[in-house]
Amino acid sequence: MAGLLEIKDIHAAVEEKELLHGVSLTVEAGETHVLMGPNGAGKSTLGSTIMGSPEYTVTGGSIFFDGEDITELTADKRAQKGLFLSFQNPIEIPGITLSNFLRNALEQKTGKRIKLFEFKKQLRAVMDVLQMDPAYADRDLNVGFSGGEKKKAEILQLLVLKPRLAILDETDSGLDVDAVKTVSKGVSEFQKDPQNSLIIITHNTKILEALKVDKTHILVNGRIAAEGGAELVNEVNENGFEKYITAE
Amino acid sequence: MKEKTQVEDINTSLYDFRYESDEADMFESGITPQIIREISEEKGDPEWMTEFRLKCLDIYNKTQMPNWGPSIEGLNMNDIVTYIRPKTRMQTDWDEVPDDIKNTFERLGIPQAERESLAGVGAQYDSELVYHNVRKEVAEQGVVYTDLESAMHDERYADMIREHFMKLVPPTDHKFAALHGAVWSGGSFVYVPKGVHLDIPLQSYFRLNAKGAGQFEHTLIIVDEGAYLHFIEGCSAPKYYVASLHAGCVELFIGKNATLRYSTIENWSKNMYNLNTKRAIVEEGAKVEWVSGSFGSHTSYLYPMSILKGRGARAEFTGITFAGEGQELDTGAKIVHAAPDTSSYMNTKSISKSGGISTFRSAVQVNAGATGSKSSVSCESLMLDSESRSDTIPAMDIRTADADIGHEAKIGRISDEAVFYLMSRGMTEENAKALIVSGFADNVSKELPLEYAVEMNNLINLEMKGSIG
Repeated sequence: MAGLLEIKDIHAAVEEKELLHGVSLTVEAGETHVLMGPNGAGKSTLGSTIMGSPEYTVTGGSIFFDGEDITELTADKRAQKGLFLSFQNPIEIPGITLSNFLRNALEQKTGKRIKLFEFKKQLRAVMDVLQMDPAYADRDLNVGFSGGEKKKAEILQLLVLKPRLAILDETDSGLDVDAVKTVSKGVSEFQKDPQNSLIIITHNTKILEALKVDKTHILVNGRIAAEGGAELVNEVNENGFEKYITAE
Repeated sequence: MKEKTQVEDINTSLYDFRYESDEADMFESGITPQIIREISEEKGDPEWMTEFRLKCLDIYNKTQMPNWGPSIEGLNMNDIVTYIRPKTRMQTDWDEVPDDIKNTFERLGIPQAERESLAGVGAQYDSELVYHNVRKEVAEQGVVYTDLESAMHDERYADMIREHFMKLVPPTDHKFAALHGAVWSGGSFVYVPKGVHLDIPLQSYFRLNAKGAGQFEHTLIIVDEGAYLHFIEGCSAPKYYVASLHAGCVELFIGKNATLRYSTIENWSKNMYNLNTKRAIVEEGAKVEWVSGSFGSHTSYLYPMSILKGRGARAEFTGITFAGEGQELDTGAKIVHAAPDTSSYMNTKSISKSGGISTFRSAVQVNAGATGSKSSVSCESLMLDSESRSDTIPAMDIRTADADIGHEAKIGRISDEAVFYLMSRGMTEENAKALIVSGFADNVSKELPLEYAVEMNNLINLEMKGSIG
């Protein structure tokens, strides 16, 4: 059976510089994968490439989602098929409120009008799960949000837009313990649907403690250096990445 | 592909629709004493006005074309029809307006806006007002809102007009001010008596329908001591492939402690040369607030000027300019601090796309006697691609050491990262860019009455459609 997401020998470059040198991985529906690796290994590059960032050029290989080759698709088309990327540094967009933005995005994604009242109710419920002050719904998207609120807003978008596969790019970085817990709670909410898949890019294993993890990949210098199950997270936790780097 | 075709249709139906005008109503093109006399006779001008028109023509002939801004070589004055005889006398009952004209304004949402949120409405079609109406309770407060022609013949206002008409913008100001003085027609006269506070706005809408024509409306507003008025001006024209000209003139007299808010959305067709002059004189403790949205036109020269004449007078200018393909919009504002403790605040945004050029030109002058004055100028430009251009030309002439002056300019390109962020949420590139541009324009839209803010957002979306690929 083909996986929900299949990355086949992907090569990606910024300008002339190749950052991913042939990465392959498969995520089945319902699985949660963890992507770890030292700084500069290409984790974010891989996440952005899967989402279709124009910053990176795919120079080889292909990406399949739900059996369809999406390598050439723009990010909006990928999102409409059910991919989602939680940004490491969410962008501030002045002039549109978080609430209006999300309703707009949801309408574009589903192609259906959504009643304002129903939407607000739904949004409020998700904000409660994330312990977000409801006032944030009426503030401009990410503008002046603290680091923690920005990350919560990403998870809020995840839970409202309901993708089939979400990539979380260091959603836990720079957060205090309580905020990590809240974000983790939001992620487990997403995991409740047994068909939902995740790729969690992280440095920190704190966020993983309360989450189900199926597979772990260690990325070093743009290549997968090791793969394993959830136990690999603990191993990295104890010994770091050194042995994978020297193995290069 | 399908979506783009559809959108093109919407675009056309919104502003570019037109009803054919009857050629027989059009005066000969060009500008001669003979034509000026005919216009004056047709309008039944008082003698002083006929003389004034001819004097202006003389000044026009002696004045050079401006050579410091965008090119206006495509404008051949001999081809411009300066006057179009109206099909109707001005009506105060909407039902009496001829159908094709009525349909035009109805498609632009004018009578609807009046019913919903306005104290009075004027609608000009080509050279003359076709409709004018003021709510009874507003008229009862002594507010005068009519066309300039009627007011000039009304003994209650005749002197007031003679005293103010083209005193703030004299015909010697520049070539197109002189032209305006010679061929002006239509526009509005507003008088708000002492202490009268109009809670809901008055609005004039100018529609230039005929091909190869000019529109030269004159707006004269006098807000007496302690009064308040919000005046809205909307302009549009359908698309033709010959040059048209708009050389209107706006003169605003704001009495002691009075406030006038003057909002404009101009959406001219892209064959229009918009050479418009607007000026306000602000007395002690009074305030002028300009809100200006410039869309459309082939070439624009537009710099509303505020003269802060009395102590503590204030001016605020909020503007947005959107230059698309083939457009060169040279806009900005001018402030003269002529008295102590005056203050001015200018906040503008300009957007350029598909090779459009937007230039922000500001001039702040603080006279030697204007001690304790404050001025703050901020302009931001957003370029949507690498073919487009944006310039800022700020001029400051400060003649006293006792003034607080600030200037800030930012020029940027649309951020690819922000576009990707929005696209990763399922928005198309076009929608993502439109959203970023609307956000950029947001603090200007906030200043507009709601229906105009909506119109401005529609205009931005229309401008953004088809901008990709």
